[in-house]
Amino acid sequence: MSQPMSRIDIRARQRLGSLLLDIDLQTTTGGVLALFGPSGAGKTSVLNWIAGLNRPDSGRIAIDGRVLFDTEAGINLPPDRRGLGYVFQEPRLFPHLGVKGNLLYGWHRRNRHGRDETDARPEITLDQVVELLGIGHLLKRRIGGLSGGEQQRVSIGRALLAQPQLLLMDEPLAAVDARRKSEILPFIENLHAQLQIPLIYISHDPDEILRIADQVALIVEGKLVAIGSMEDVLGRLDLPTLTDAAEPGAVITTTVLETDDGTGLTVLGLPSSTGNMVGAAPTIRIGRLPAAIGETVHLRLLARDVALARHIVDGISILNQLPGVICQILVGTGPFVDFQLDVGALIWARITRKSAEQLKLAVGDPVVALIKSVAADPKKFS
Amino acid sequence: MGFSDQEIAATLLSLKVAFWSSLFTLPVAIFCAWALARWQFTGKVLLDSLVHLPLVLPPVVVGYALLLTFGAQRPVGAALQHYLGITLVFNWKGAVIASAVMALPLFVRAIRISFETADRKLEAAARCLGASRFQVFLSVTLPLSLPGILAGTILGFARSLSEFGATITFVSNVPGETQTLPLAINSLIQVPDGEPAALRLTVISLFIGFIALILADRAEIWLRRRVQRS
Repeated sequence: MSQPMSRIDIRARQRLGSLLLDIDLQTTTGGVLALFGPSGAGKTSVLNWIAGLNRPDSGRIAIDGRVLFDTEAGINLPPDRRGLGYVFQEPRLFPHLGVKGNLLYGWHRRNRHGRDETDARPEITLDQVVELLGIGHLLKRRIGGLSGGEQQRVSIGRALLAQPQLLLMDEPLAAVDARRKSEILPFIENLHAQLQIPLIYISHDPDEILRIADQVALIVEGKLVAIGSMEDVLGRLDLPTLTDAAEPGAVITTTVLETDDGTGLTVLGLPSSTGNMVGAAPTIRIGRLPAAIGETVHLRLLARDVALARHIVDGISILNQLPGVICQILVGTGPFVDFQLDVGALIWARITRKSAEQLKLAVGDPVVALIKSVAADPKKFS
Repeated sequence: MGFSDQEIAATLLSLKVAFWSSLFTLPVAIFCAWALARWQFTGKVLLDSLVHLPLVLPPVVVGYALLLTFGAQRPVGAALQHYLGITLVFNWKGAVIASAVMALPLFVRAIRISFETADRKLEAAARCLGASRFQVFLSVTLPLSLPGILAGTILGFARSLSEFGATITFVSNVPGETQTLPLAINSLIQVPDGEPAALRLTVISLFIGFIALILADRAEIWLRRRVQRS
């Protein structure tokens, strides 16, 4: 099945207290676009712009060429005519309606007005949503008795049943504890694959984004700072340091070469894209992954988990010693220095200023990156 | 104990007037409360004052103002009589109007608080699910405000039952037509040997009042449980 793409055009500005939100975001997304950035950067306001809950001072917003808002043309569609779904941080369920009443709230209305005939997607049914979100046993329940995680799943189902062209999600897992989070995240991952609904997803948790997003837009202090693939945006060291949420690190794409090397470790192959390598393609060993040979795995390597040496080191517990060259050196004001290395993929290493001076490292120097097997944080993508 | 015809007539009339007065006031009060809670418009202060005036004016002034407006010789009163055949003065319908005006501020205050404290986030969620402003009002705000609306209605109903000054000024004290319980009690204590009968009517008033309050309490508990959050 071909992926339906969603064209998103936002060029708008609004003064919000001391923050000037000025966003120019033009992209085509076939899956999940994540809005990422520190809290207070204006991410939620952008979502509210799209939904029609918040009115920019000026600008134009269009989804798939359909103009939702345009100050010049005098267009401002009300939220109920925008055909979007919105899942908020809090579930916002109607306490007087019960689970089924909530689920069908938007469904009744969308069906009464008739669906857009240009919408080729099949209708999303109650049965589908119930199965996808695993809420069949809750249908007869009242809202008051549900756990936070259950409420949020019902809230997602309610938004889906309104047959949205695009689903907006504002940190839907923020109010949910870690255990529930891992319970809901797979459902969100499946939404796009199973229902072909493009998603705009707000989060300030890089791990969450890594797991579900195809594209990341970084918003800092009311401006779009970067947009691109996860590797590009999360891997750029200068960007995460702008945010208070993310630690500097890189995201690298690897392929599973061996699921178990005999000692319980999984061997991943790096892309070896740049041709700086001699000999065998670089590999990295991490704790055993439930993945098949040939599968693609994204690894997030934090700069602080990567150390540097001049040469391959003997008599050390670290298994992953990847030779490479220094591409970039960032000296901050603190006691640390960040190095960007090409080891077949671009990664970052953070060492102390003192060590950096002793090793006399310069751009272009060959080095060995030391990565502890237990440090890598793998995210599997289907 | 047997009730006299006058006692039964006064009791039934009181209930009838309070019932119609509440029914008539409720939609007006919901509209006023909504406008005051949610809209910004010029003349808002004026509407607010107008609604609340009966609370601060002597009831006799309100009754006299009604008389000046709806009296048979006045333009509005004459027009009502001529085009709709409605006479208010010396008529139980006039007592309904007097009660309604006096009860309006109590209705509006209780309902307005409900609308002001209603969760706007739920309303925004409903808008995003395809409901228009008015649909959101009917399907979300109104059901969630029901406890407050009920509280306002009970207060207003009780106020109508006890209405005296505006009623006697506007529609006078006509047994069987405008003589509600308070008016009947007032008449009885003016005449010699009337006190035992006045006492009986007082007991009836107490009884009706208690029943109304208990019912209101039960209903409100039930409603609140229905709309309660986790």
